[in-house]
Amino acid sequence: MSARSDVVDWALECYHDLDFGVVHGWLEEESGRTAAGYLPVYAPREIIHACGMLPVGIYGGGDQLEIIRGDAFYQSYICHLPRSVVELAQSGRLDFLSAMLFPSTCDVIRNLSGMWQLLFPEQYVRYLDLPHQRNTELGGAFWERELRTLLKDLGEVSGRTATEEDLKRSIGVYREVRHLILELYRVRREEPWLVPTEELYLLMRAAEVVPPETFLEQGRAYLEAVHAEPGRRRDNSRVVIVGAFCEQPPLGLIKTIERAGCYIVDDDFLVGNRLLEQDVPTDGDPVRALADTFIRHASKTSILYEPDPAGKRHLMAERVAAAGADGVIFAAPSFCDPALLDRPMLRAGAEAEGIPCIAFKYSENSGQFQQFREQAGTFSDAIKLWGGT
Amino acid sequence: MAAEKASWVHKDRSMELQKKMIARHFERLERAPRCGEPVVYTFVPGNLTELIRSFGALPVLPEINALQSGMRGKSKDYIAAAERAGHSEDVCTYVKCDIGMLKSGNIGPTGTKLPDPDLLLLSYTGCYTFMKWFELLREEYNCPTVFLQVPYQGDGRLAPEHREYITDQIRKDLIPALEQVTGRSYDEDLLRHHLGLAAETEDHLVAVLESAKNRPSPIDAYFGGVYYVGPIFSAFRGTEEGVEYYKELRSEVEARVAAGLGPITPDGPLNDQRFRLVVEGPPNWTSFREFWRMFSEEHAVVVASTYTKVGGTYDFGFRHDPDDPLGTMADYCGGCYTNLNLPSRIDMLVTYIRDYEADGFLINSVKSCNSFSAGQLMMLREVEKRTGIPGAFIESDLVDPRYFSAANIKNRIESYLQMLAARAGAA
Ligand code: SF4
Ligand code: SF4
Repeated sequence: MSARSDVVDWALECYHDLDFGVVHGWLEEESGRTAAGYLPVYAPREIIHACGMLPVGIYGGGDQLEIIRGDAFYQSYICHLPRSVVELAQSGRLDFLSAMLFPSTCDVIRNLSGMWQLLFPEQYVRYLDLPHQRNTELGGAFWERELRTLLKDLGEVSGRTATEEDLKRSIGVYREVRHLILELYRVRREEPWLVPTEELYLLMRAAEVVPPETFLEQGRAYLEAVHAEPGRRRDNSRVVIVGAFCEQPPLGLIKTIERAGCYIVDDDFLVGNRLLEQDVPTDGDPVRALADTFIRHASKTSILYEPDPAGKRHLMAERVAAAGADGVIFAAPSFCDPALLDRPMLRAGAEAEGIPCIAFKYSENSGQFQQFREQAGTFSDAIKLWGGT
Repeated sequence: MAAEKASWVHKDRSMELQKKMIARHFERLERAPRCGEPVVYTFVPGNLTELIRSFGALPVLPEINALQSGMRGKSKDYIAAAERAGHSEDVCTYVKCDIGMLKSGNIGPTGTKLPDPDLLLLSYTGCYTFMKWFELLREEYNCPTVFLQVPYQGDGRLAPEHREYITDQIRKDLIPALEQVTGRSYDEDLLRHHLGLAAETEDHLVAVLESAKNRPSPIDAYFGGVYYVGPIFSAFRGTEEGVEYYKELRSEVEARVAAGLGPITPDGPLNDQRFRLVVEGPPNWTSFREFWRMFSEEHAVVVASTYTKVGGTYDFGFRHDPDDPLGTMADYCGGCYTNLNLPSRIDMLVTYIRDYEADGFLINSVKSCNSFSAGQLMMLREVEKRTGIPGAFIESDLVDPRYFSAANIKNRIESYLQMLAARAGAA
C-alpha cells in the first residue's frame, strides 16, 4: 500500500458510506457536537463551522442507493437528486443533522426546503437565497443580513454563539481548504497524469463530509504522494466538464470519460467548495467580509444571474483558455434547469470561438457507460485529429 | 352540436371588451417603434405594470404570448424550432415557445408583429427559469436588462429586510433604468394614480373569484378563471380600461348569482353542478377546450384555483396601496403564488377546499414547471391528510402537445369523479 492509495482508499470509503460514519465519529468524540447539512451548490461553511457545527454536504445517494420512498415524492420528469436526498432522510440516515440548509440553486431544491419543513418539523430548516445583485450596496447588504441571521440561528441550534474571533478562525480554516483545493486543481491542470480526476473527485467528495482539518491532512498527504509516484503520461485530449455542479455524475462516468482518452483539466463538480475566487479578508467585520467576497468574487455559474450581457458568450472560451483545454463536454443531469437552460448560450459562445463541444445528460444512478465511452472516445480522437476546428 | 357551438360562441360583454382591449394593446405594440413608445418585457409574477405605465411604457409578457401560441396551435412548431436550435427537451416549454416564436418572426397572439424590447425587466419572482429566459432573450436583443431580485418566502412570510431589499432595488436600479430608457422622470403621483386603479381592479376581481362560494357557482374559477385574470395579469392592471373590464365582469357575474345560473362552458351553461373542485397547477393550453370539457361534461365546476394567483394573491387581502408606492410593489411581488413556500401553498389549498365547500381537488402537474411541480405529490398527500378529502393527480404540459394524453387524462378525471360520487352516496 502506498501513501497515495491510502488516501484514495480513505476517500473512497467516505464516498461509499451513505451512513456518514465519519460524521458520526466526529459527533461522538465530544458530547454536545452538532452538524448542519447543506444541499448543492453553495453554502457558507465558515458560518456553520464558526457555530461549532460540522458542515456536511448532502449530495444524494448516487448509484448506490435503491430508491424506495423517494419516488413517491417526485414525478418522473424531475431530476434524480432530490428523490435520493429524500430517500436518505426517510431511511433515517440524516437524523444526525440538527440543521439543513437549502441554497437557491433551483426551484427543485427551493421547494424541497418546504417539504423538509413538513417532513422534519424538529429540524432547523433554512432556504438560503443567494444574492443575484452583484453590487455591495444592494446585493452585499442583503447577503450580509442573510448571513447574520444564519449565524444567529445556527448559534441557537448548536448552543454556541459564534464570536467575531470564532468566525475569523473559521474563515482562516476554509481559506486553507480552498487553497489546497486550488492547488490540487492546479496540479491536475498542469500535469493531469499526476492527478486523475477520479482521485481528485473522491478527495473533493470527502471534503464535503469530513472535518476541514482532516481534509487538510489527507489532501496534503495526497499532494506529496503524487509527486513521489507519478502516473504514466498519455496522449489524451484535454477537456473541461460543464454542467455537473449539482446532481453528481456516478464515479463510473468520470472514470469512463478519462479512460476514453480525455484528461479532465477543469470541471464544475462540487463547485461550491471554490465558488469564492478570492480569499475572504479577516481584518474588519468578518460577516461583511464574507458577504463582500461573494458579491465581488463568486465565480460565474449557472445558478447566479450573469450581469454582463456578453458574459455567457465568453465564459467557455475563458475557461478553456485558463485550463489550456482542447474542448468542452457539457454533461448535465437530466431535467436540470440551471445546467440545461444555460447550455445553449454557453455552447453557442464556445462554438463561435471554434471550440469543439459535445453534450450529454446523465443521472446520478446512470448504470450504463457504453454510450458515454463512445461519445467521449470519438470526441477525443476528433480533437487529436482535427484540433480545435 | 350546433346548439353546443352556439352556446360556446355566446359572448358576454366583458369577453368582447377583453378581446378589444387586447387587440388594441397589440396594435399599439406593433406601432410602438414608429410612435416612439418604449416597450418593456417582463414576467407575470412580480409584474410592475403600474410603474411601467407611469413611465409611458408598454408591457409585453412573454408567458402570455407563449400560452396564446399554445391555444392557437402554434406552440408545437415553435418548440420544435427551439429544440432544433439546441434547447433541451427537458426544460420549460414556455421559454422554448417564446424563443421559437422569436425565431419565426415574432408575430404575437393577434397576428401583429411584436416590437423588440427597449428594456428587459427581469422581475425574479417565484421562478428560477425566469432568470435564464431573459439571459437567453438578452442574447437576441440589443437592450439593457434590469434585474429585480424578489426573495422567496422560505419562512412563509416576506421578512421586513427582504421587503427593504426589493424597494431599494426599485429605487436605486429599476427607476433609474426606466428613466434612462423612456427619457421621462419618475412621477410618483402618476404611479399612485395607477396603483389606486389597480386596487379598484383587484376589488372587482376578488368579488368575481369569491362569487364561486355560491351554489351554483356562477363562474368556473380555473378554465373561466384564466380568462378573468387575463387583463390583470397582462397589461391592464392599474389602467382605466382594466377597471372598466372588471366592473363589467363583476356585474355579469352578480347577475348570474341573482338568477341562480352557472358559468358558460364549452358544453353550454353549467347550472346543474354535481362536483365542486379546487385545482392546483397551470392548465394545458394546447387542448384547453378539450380539457375543460372533461370537467364540464361531468358537471364538475372549479370553484377555486391556485394558478389564477400566480399574478397576485388578492383574495387573501393584498391590495396595491397608493400611499406606499414602493413598499406595496414589494409586497405584491413577494406574495405571488409561486413565491410562497410549500406549506403556504398547502394552507391555501386547504383554505379553498374549506371556504368554497369543495367536494374534491385535483392537481395538474405540468412537466415544464419545476416551480409549480416539484413537491406536488407531497402537497397532494398533505391536503388529503388535512381535509380528509381524496385528491386526483394528472400530468400534462403547458404548451407542448406531446405531453397531453387526452385519453389518459379523461380516464383519470372520470374515475376520480366516480369515486367522489360514490363517497357522497355512501355518506
Ligand atoms: S440537478 Fe439541477 S434541477 Fe436537480 S436539484 Fe440540482 S440544480 Fe436543481
Ligand atoms: S418554469 Fe413554470 S413558472 Fe417558470 S416560466 Fe416556466 S411555466 Fe412559468
